[in-house]
Amino acid sequence: MNDILHRLEEKRAAARAGGGRRRIEAQHKRGKLTARERLEILLDPGSFEEWDMFVEHRSHDFGIDEQKIPGDGVVTGYGTINGRLVFVFSQDFTVFGGSLSEAHAEKICKVMDQAMNVGAPVIGLNDSGGARIQEGVASLAGYAEVFERNVLASGVIPQVSLIMGPCAGGAVYSPAMTDFIFMVKDSSYMFVTGPEVVKTVTHETVTQEELGGAVTHTTRSGVADLAFENDVEALLELRRFVDFLPSSNRAAAPPQQCRDPADRAEPSLDTLIPANPNKPYDMKELIEKIVDYGDFFEIQSNFARNILVGFARMAGTTIGIVANQPMVLAGCLDIDSARKAARFVRFCDCFNIPIVTFVDVPGFLPGTAQEYGGIIKHGAKLLFAFAEATVPKVTLITRKAYGGAYDVMSSKHLRGDVNYAWPSAEIAVMGPKGAVEIIFRADLGDAAAIEARTEEYREKFANPFVAASRGFIDDVIQPATTRQRLCRALAMLRDKRLANPWKKHDNIPL
Amino acid sequence: MFKKILIANRGEIACRVMRTARRMGIATVAVYSEADADALHVREADEAVMIGPAAATESYLRADRIVEACKATGAEAVHPGYGFLSERPQFATALAESGIVFIGPGPAAIAAMGDKIESKKLAHAAGVSTVPGHLGIIADADKARDIARLIGYPVMIKASAGGGGKGMRIAHDDAELRDGFRAAAGEAKSSFGDDRIFLEKYIERPRHIEIQVLGDTHGNIVHLGERECSIQRRHQKVIEEAPSPFLDEATRAAMGAEAVALAKAVDYCSAGTVEFIVDRNKNFYFLEMNTRLQVEHPVTEMVAGLDLVEWMIRIAAGEKLGFAQADIRRRGWAIEARVYAEDPERGFLPAVGRLVRYRPPAGDGVRVDSGVYEGAEITLYYDPMIAKLAVGGGDRGMAIDRLKDALDGFFVSGLRHNIAFLSAIAGSERFRAGDLSTDFIAEEFPGGFAPPASFTAADRILLIAAAIADAATGTGAADRVVLLDGAPHRVSWREGAYTIDDGGDAVCAASDWRPGQNLLRLRLDGRTATVQIEALPARTFRLAHGGVVRRAQVLSPRAAELLLAMPAKKPADTSRLVLSPMPGLLTSIIVGEGQEVKAGEPLAIVEAMKMENVLRAERDGRVAKLCAHNGDSLTVDQVILEFE
Repeated sequence: MNDILHRLEEKRAAARAGGGRRRIEAQHKRGKLTARERLEILLDPGSFEEWDMFVEHRSHDFGIDEQKIPGDGVVTGYGTINGRLVFVFSQDFTVFGGSLSEAHAEKICKVMDQAMNVGAPVIGLNDSGGARIQEGVASLAGYAEVFERNVLASGVIPQVSLIMGPCAGGAVYSPAMTDFIFMVKDSSYMFVTGPEVVKTVTHETVTQEELGGAVTHTTRSGVADLAFENDVEALLELRRFVDFLPSSNRAAAPPQQCRDPADRAEPSLDTLIPANPNKPYDMKELIEKIVDYGDFFEIQSNFARNILVGFARMAGTTIGIVANQPMVLAGCLDIDSARKAARFVRFCDCFNIPIVTFVDVPGFLPGTAQEYGGIIKHGAKLLFAFAEATVPKVTLITRKAYGGAYDVMSSKHLRGDVNYAWPSAEIAVMGPKGAVEIIFRADLGDAAAIEARTEEYREKFANPFVAASRGFIDDVIQPATTRQRLCRALAMLRDKRLANPWKKHDNIPL
Repeated sequence: MFKKILIANRGEIACRVMRTARRMGIATVAVYSEADADALHVREADEAVMIGPAAATESYLRADRIVEACKATGAEAVHPGYGFLSERPQFATALAESGIVFIGPGPAAIAAMGDKIESKKLAHAAGVSTVPGHLGIIADADKARDIARLIGYPVMIKASAGGGGKGMRIAHDDAELRDGFRAAAGEAKSSFGDDRIFLEKYIERPRHIEIQVLGDTHGNIVHLGERECSIQRRHQKVIEEAPSPFLDEATRAAMGAEAVALAKAVDYCSAGTVEFIVDRNKNFYFLEMNTRLQVEHPVTEMVAGLDLVEWMIRIAAGEKLGFAQADIRRRGWAIEARVYAEDPERGFLPAVGRLVRYRPPAGDGVRVDSGVYEGAEITLYYDPMIAKLAVGGGDRGMAIDRLKDALDGFFVSGLRHNIAFLSAIAGSERFRAGDLSTDFIAEEFPGGFAPPASFTAADRILLIAAAIADAATGTGAADRVVLLDGAPHRVSWREGAYTIDDGGDAVCAASDWRPGQNLLRLRLDGRTATVQIEALPARTFRLAHGGVVRRAQVLSPRAAELLLAMPAKKPADTSRLVLSPMPGLLTSIIVGEGQEVKAGEPLAIVEAMKMENVLRAERDGRVAKLCAHNGDSLTVDQVILEFE
């Protein structure tokens, strides 16, 4: 017995040592923590239950059978984050470069399967050189097994990927199918083909960081949601992020006790909207002033900044926020912002998170770049997402809600539950000037007449009352009371039930 | 008494005058520009009249429109506040011609004191001590040199029409005099359209001490003691107090008597201020007389226990002063700090923007004069002062303590401001010692305002605040490591007491702070301290207390160990980048992509606060890429262009 215990301890020690001291030092030199150090920060102290510590690979080719390290390059198991269950896998770059073998994949699949059974999020910490080349197709099969589970788990349990090292080739597609991707600046990158191949094929010279670094993916491609300065900050923020999420589509996010009064008035919001309708203001100020404690977890904060999306709580309950940002491109909708918001709305709808939408949208961005890029189909994604969503939907129009963009932004007509407007709202087909130039084309030469008509149009439509008279707006509210009114609306909607017609799945314009 | 008065001003002073008028049962009329439609002074007035576009020259400086507004509203008198039309004799005259009372001195007194040279001659004649110098216009630099040698260096070169530090130069020798004379004349010409220059002896390390006088139309004139306004930055007063910690009763009485004598010489009949500079030997010299209510008048009101605006109104209505010099008593000490929208860490560049949060302090002896509210806008059109914080106490020490507490509790966000800088002054040993001079700021903050390099007493408070804030948001761990501006400190909690690994004693500390609040009020070992707090990502807080502003990241000991073991990232190389030094409008990019430039050549012009700021190349190089375009609104540190 003692002998067995001794052997157990030896094996555990071997697994914990990973790729050995030299490789661990190399990992640290790159500014990266090891797989186990990362889990120490991510999970509550002492909560980690490790599985499959003794799993080893089963391949024999190219001498790899000489070299076996227990755990085979990935640390898996479950633990808690602020007391809530999560499943984790953390790839160990010090062991075979974190490469994915059949056994490595099986370990990942095991936690994913169990997470599905019990209804808890899966968090992947990716740091892998790619497929275990020595294993050939067995490694590829392993990827596909993971992919299939990503897809089946999508919409059932939240899946979050934190890219903390290389993630290249086919390996990118597992994170790509998870709900959120976070990256670490300067030490992580994701691309389908690396700089060498790019150079050979297209003759472009590009660094790893430029091609697929954290900044590239969070500002240009939109592939990743957030970039962090280092491993520790990324893991700490991931803990904060998971707090907002429900554990699965079977349960709501656990409400938190809220010491921020639901009826807290914010008089300064009465002056948020500038007197000049063309002057921007910061929509984030509105969000931060009305959510609990001003705590807004923004997603994709550096991509398509003309729309804001993220999580917050109101009266203790998690909500998803979608908001036009007048500070950037006047808050108009374009391809990137529509894609960004649509994906976010669908996540919220999957996981029973009420959606609060703040509208100040002058319309869609015009131009050949947008039309050639397919704004029609991309814009339709957001329209589709809002329209199909059955979670509570509360909308507030702060200023402009023009044209088709008005319809898109969670309007009453898309089964919006509660649609409010501030007195400054202008709900119309277009701005007064543009409208008059079309309706009164004949008067175009007569500046005075045009001005008079513009004033007439402004008087008639640049206000919330026409829409309110049709019931498209449920009420016009004082900005200072916004928190109270939204909290009440969300409380009223707490037990909302609405189902879409049965279908195998819908056919969103991808 | 008047039934209705108009206040020909804006901001805090308009609100302050209205407050007194309301108490006296007088109706108030505000005037405002288009930019001020939502301003506090408009909201607080009984009536408000729009008088023109944002530019002051088109609105607040338009005497004709103000006269019209008086007629339209039936206002019987006008209080001009300070600045704008307050010291323009033509305005007082224009009002008089329309039968409207000017709440201020007569036009003759304003005119007599408005010219620096003339006023000095007048003061000299009235027996007031003046700085040795040449009270005449100096034709050229050569003449100036002769005079300077006569007075003895160092000398101050001043523009006759000057003000606000413009057209002023100090010269220590002939060479400096020649350059300074030209520069001062040029500046005076462009700023005031008047290049008349005079010279006087430069008093080294002077104090600025001024006497408040109050006269009525019946020939009674008293003085209400002094204010010391030595804490200045580029000739702008920053902190003022009453009384002065420097004066003895004899000097005070002598200065008061001279101030009254000067006021009598011009038949002064309102509130006015006679400014002196005082040297180390308590020799005092007349500087100028301000024929209006001063910005810093609250400190006099607090120690003299009377309302200067009330007396200005009563005097204008023809009443006699209700007291004589012998009746005036001084009670306690008062200090005023001016809260400005400016960035002390970037050379005090003016800031503009929305007051996303504006929470002034309150409490015993605390007075806040302000013309803004939370959600109001500080625009580039007018003075960037946000508020005046005045505190009173039984003695100077108590007033300083209250000032420090009040500044810690004064929360402003949305734009850069100088509150932490004011706290740093109020908390300095030298300020407490009363060792003041107009060089105080230059000497105490030689490299500008920056967080202290060493660990200070305030840092202990910040560490405890960080631990308490983390406990309120995170887990109840007993041991934490707080990275204060990156430097690790272990903070342990045992049975209500916090221990910091700096060898100091354990401190019992508690707070009822909850997340989202901007002030964390600490109770520690029987005293209280207020810490300003804003939550940032990654368990980081921005904390401020006692003039020390730091970022505190709260980690478990293990996370801190791992973080600190990692190689420090090299900060991004920004030397190739030209960044915007302030928020503003990019009015012009002067260079093009691929262009070779030499060090010192202009690259771009950023306009902020109506000021053009030319950005110049710091070294030779070739422009690789333009990252912003003409007409862009820039944020601080936004990249304008890149060098190769």
